[in-house]
Amino acid sequence: MSAPALTQTETSDAFVSDEGAREEFIAAARSAAWRRRLLPVGAAILMLVLWQFAVVVFHVRPFIAPAPTAVMGVLYSKFGLLIGNLAPTATEAVAGFVIGNAAAIVIATAFVYQRTAEEAFFPIAVMVHTIPVMAYAPILVLLLGNGLSAKVAIAALICFFPTLVNMTRGLRAVSQQQKELMRILSASPSEIFFKLRLKCSLPYLFAALKIAAATSVIGAIVGEWIGATTGIGALIIQATYNFDSPLLYATIVVGSAFSAAFFGVISWLESHFLKWNVAETG
Amino acid sequence: MSQATLQRAPEAAGATESPAVRLRDVTVRFTTERGAVTALDRISMTVAQGGFLTLLGPSGCGKSTLLRVAADLIPPTSGDVEVMGTSASAARAARDIGFVFQDASLLAWRTALENVELPLEVGGGAKRRGARSPRELLALVGLSGREHAYPHELSGGMRQRVAIARALVNDPKLLLMDEPFGALDEITRDRLNVELLRVWESTGATILFVTHSIYEATFLGQQVLLMAARPGRVREIVDVPLPSPRGVEQRETREFVELTSHLRRVLETC
Repeated sequence: MSAPALTQTETSDAFVSDEGAREEFIAAARSAAWRRRLLPVGAAILMLVLWQFAVVVFHVRPFIAPAPTAVMGVLYSKFGLLIGNLAPTATEAVAGFVIGNAAAIVIATAFVYQRTAEEAFFPIAVMVHTIPVMAYAPILVLLLGNGLSAKVAIAALICFFPTLVNMTRGLRAVSQQQKELMRILSASPSEIFFKLRLKCSLPYLFAALKIAAATSVIGAIVGEWIGATTGIGALIIQATYNFDSPLLYATIVVGSAFSAAFFGVISWLESHFLKWNVAETG
Repeated sequence: MSQATLQRAPEAAGATESPAVRLRDVTVRFTTERGAVTALDRISMTVAQGGFLTLLGPSGCGKSTLLRVAADLIPPTSGDVEVMGTSASAARAARDIGFVFQDASLLAWRTALENVELPLEVGGGAKRRGARSPRELLALVGLSGREHAYPHELSGGMRQRVAIARALVNDPKLLLMDEPFGALDEITRDRLNVELLRVWESTGATILFVTHSIYEATFLGQQVLLMAARPGRVREIVDVPLPSPRGVEQRETREFVELTSHLRRVLETC
């Protein structure tokens, strides 16, 4: 005997199809989204106008604080120089990001499967994390020389800790019942890792990667301060010593534009891979 | 020591069939910071194939532990567990056991359909595909058309329906349910109770169902196993001679009311 397919009555009847109301809801959501985007842009423009106004009215000399128009002029006239110096910084930041996060993910996985490793090495990771980047940057330059590798190492180290902490927590964010489910299904350790733990950790991982996107650029710039002839960090030092404030500000604009773009890429990846995570996308 | 034998209606139980579950002198002890707790104290019982047994008792009486011992999730401290004529771990490996948890325990990154397919993807489950496809199972639990919804898009009742479909995908001979409707509102719970009885009839599986609700235990079970706490032991087995198919209106019959008031009186002494 087979039972008839059960009819689903639970909540679907509550949402009667009503195209008008639906369109109204979508229109309201769209206008809220535009509001969210346009308000900060408007506020930024207002602040730039006030800044320009203050520089002109109070006759602030350019090397003290340049007017936004002067900064924009440099952005245009020295675009080639700025992009030429962004390239090494971007390379160092992205390489450091990849290496630092990859190391953090591997070590977090080891921590989750080997409590002893976590107990032995986590306090050391905390100690290293408490050292300011300005303090360990010279050490890494002495160890690795004045080239690219020291900057990559500094960027990697600055990314490492937040990802290690988040990833360890994420890999453990599996409920007791989910573990029991996998045992009922006789799942192998690798199935449990790839089909359960890794997926559970993704929201935690992306939270850390978004932090790392910004901090890896900071790491690369700090590395360039210690000793470099090219890069955003080197250009900042040069412009400061030459009292070339418009160039200094333009360099900072380029550096932070790159940081923001990097952050944007990670955020886009997050929304792409975590469609299921209502807390992030909702 | 508790001794209990549970039988389905005589015409359904074949004489040579091994029981769905047999426990012999099963004791489970946990060590906690407050000392040793005896969750189950020398329990012996037999559940015949095809039966629907509900386990009822106060918190801490070991009902969930008993279910987990049968599912090979908790090893007994002493005693012997047999499921479908073999060891609990062999029955688990053969996918003879389905388990439904209190919290639906769906994987948030999988759609309803992908959640039902999970048992076919891990632990060599593809070789033990059941007679019904994941889609057919979702239809059986009333979720046709919601196959591609993510868990966060479904109500609590719908999530639990998905969990039931998932537990049925390998055609388990034994379905263990640990307060599956405990977190749902009463209206949804009543509806799912009726539907669960239909699923039981259409699959022929043996069901062990843990609940806190006297009404749910009486309405669903052919027998109600009453457990007492500290230490966890079988207090009484009550036959439920209600005709089937059962409908919610049977809860107003005199037999039903007499059964529930009897259960309530016994529970007060547990």
